[in-house]
Amino acid sequence: MSNWHFRRKHVAESIAKFFMLLSFLIVAASLISILWTILSKGLPSLSWSMISQTPKGGYYLGKEGGILNAIIGSLLLAVGGTIIALLISLPITLYLETYIAKTKWARYVRLTMDILWGIPSIVYGAFGFTLMLSLGLRASLLGGIVVLALLEIPILTRAMDEVLRLMPDELKHASYALGASKLQTAVRVIIRQMMPGIVTASLLAFGRGIGDAASVLFTAGYTDRIPTSLSSPTASLPLAIFFQLGTPYPEVQNRAYASALILTLIVLVISLGSRLLSARLSRFINK
Amino acid sequence: MTLPNTHIEIRNLNAFYDRTESALKNVNLEIPRQQITVIMGPSGCGKTTLLKTLNRFLELTDGAKISGEVLIDGENIYSPDRDVMEIRKKTGLLAQRPYMLPMSIYENVAYGMRIHSLTRGKEMDAAVQHYLEMAGLWDEVKDRLHAPATRLSIGQQQRLCLARGLAVEPEILLGDEPTSALDPISAANIEKLLLDLKHQYTTVVVTHTLRQAKRLADYVIFMYLGEVVECGPAKEVFENPKMERTRGYLAGQF
Repeated sequence: MSNWHFRRKHVAESIAKFFMLLSFLIVAASLISILWTILSKGLPSLSWSMISQTPKGGYYLGKEGGILNAIIGSLLLAVGGTIIALLISLPITLYLETYIAKTKWARYVRLTMDILWGIPSIVYGAFGFTLMLSLGLRASLLGGIVVLALLEIPILTRAMDEVLRLMPDELKHASYALGASKLQTAVRVIIRQMMPGIVTASLLAFGRGIGDAASVLFTAGYTDRIPTSLSSPTASLPLAIFFQLGTPYPEVQNRAYASALILTLIVLVISLGSRLLSARLSRFINK
Repeated sequence: MTLPNTHIEIRNLNAFYDRTESALKNVNLEIPRQQITVIMGPSGCGKTTLLKTLNRFLELTDGAKISGEVLIDGENIYSPDRDVMEIRKKTGLLAQRPYMLPMSIYENVAYGMRIHSLTRGKEMDAAVQHYLEMAGLWDEVKDRLHAPATRLSIGQQQRLCLARGLAVEPEILLGDEPTSALDPISAANIEKLLLDLKHQYTTVVVTHTLRQAKRLADYVIFMYLGEVVECGPAKEVFENPKMERTRGYLAGQF
């Protein structure tokens, strides 16, 4: 009887392990096939003119020219959005940890952020668009940056909040014991301790921002030109891919995969860069 | 019971944590100036709670409440007009485990001097060296002052905590079982430092080892279940305890 009992445990374990492995394989296979698709279709169309020129022959419909306007546009939108989101999220996170930690208010703030995180980006886009209309603004770089910042704030806040909650209270106490104020402790100790976390969270938010098409469709607009000011309409890579893929011409469709490849490379370079930065910064932190 | 040279006086002190019975029951004590006072007793007796009332650290614990008075130089540190940061600046703390500020060895020592604007510019280097020397760490770190403090061994980290605490010019040093996480050699280092420094600072150390209490103490407080059972000069308490419980503890019964 007991022999049978143990054998059943082993069978259950094997089945569970099989499904865990299967889940992992599904994810790994998706990643590889995505990369394979954009590489095999995009690489032949990728050329120097693609990244050094603006489009020729109408909004991405042409087979000539490049997507420099969308590369620069996307970088400006995502960098701008992430910086503004960070400037707002960091004080929220520090306030949560230092002043209202473990109170019901902290729970409400976290719940609000989780709900905001779940709102689809097209809703942010529509909201931003309505707001801009009522202010008499047109689709512009500034509009896109503001909407991306709104989209990124909940991501940044919650990601940094999770990092901060792992921080031992004793570290704060070490600073308080020396007679430091909460503000001094937050600015001089907690921010340093969470530096690697800030970098990782910013990367997460940047990735969401640069890859989002729906929120910038109405707010940043689309154009063949490189933006010259905050009020210029601004092209972005996700929308370039969308328009190129929507044409009836196979050559232009393949250019969409080249655009996707460029977008992926940008995210990859920034990921690797932030990993290196994060590793350097974590030399000083208390683990 | 009045000491000739009282630095800290505790009057009718009670402390509670959420929904539990009181952690400190009607504590009345005097702690002498510039000597080492050791608080001893079995775990859970309220030693650490008592220590935390001396630099107002108990209020950092959720749900902790306190009543009564703690007078340092005759002034109640719990009166509403007192600044908690000023009180903590006067009291250095060595915790059970050292926690390094996320910065270099040098900046760990400079931190307190910077936040209180005690030293500036070129004098900072000399001040950092001075406090590292006081903590017996200078020779070991002088060539790597700008390396991360987390690279130090745990014993060195505890001495850096001491240097960091001394740098804000406190009058009182508090130790909450400061050697319990350390190896025997590092522990002996910390004990020696506390003995060397006792003529400059009023020192209060919580310990759960009787042998350490005997090595360090000039004055002893024995606690049991949140109450002070006996206190007095070390020689008297160790050699001629008045209370039955103290005799039992010294004999190793609990």
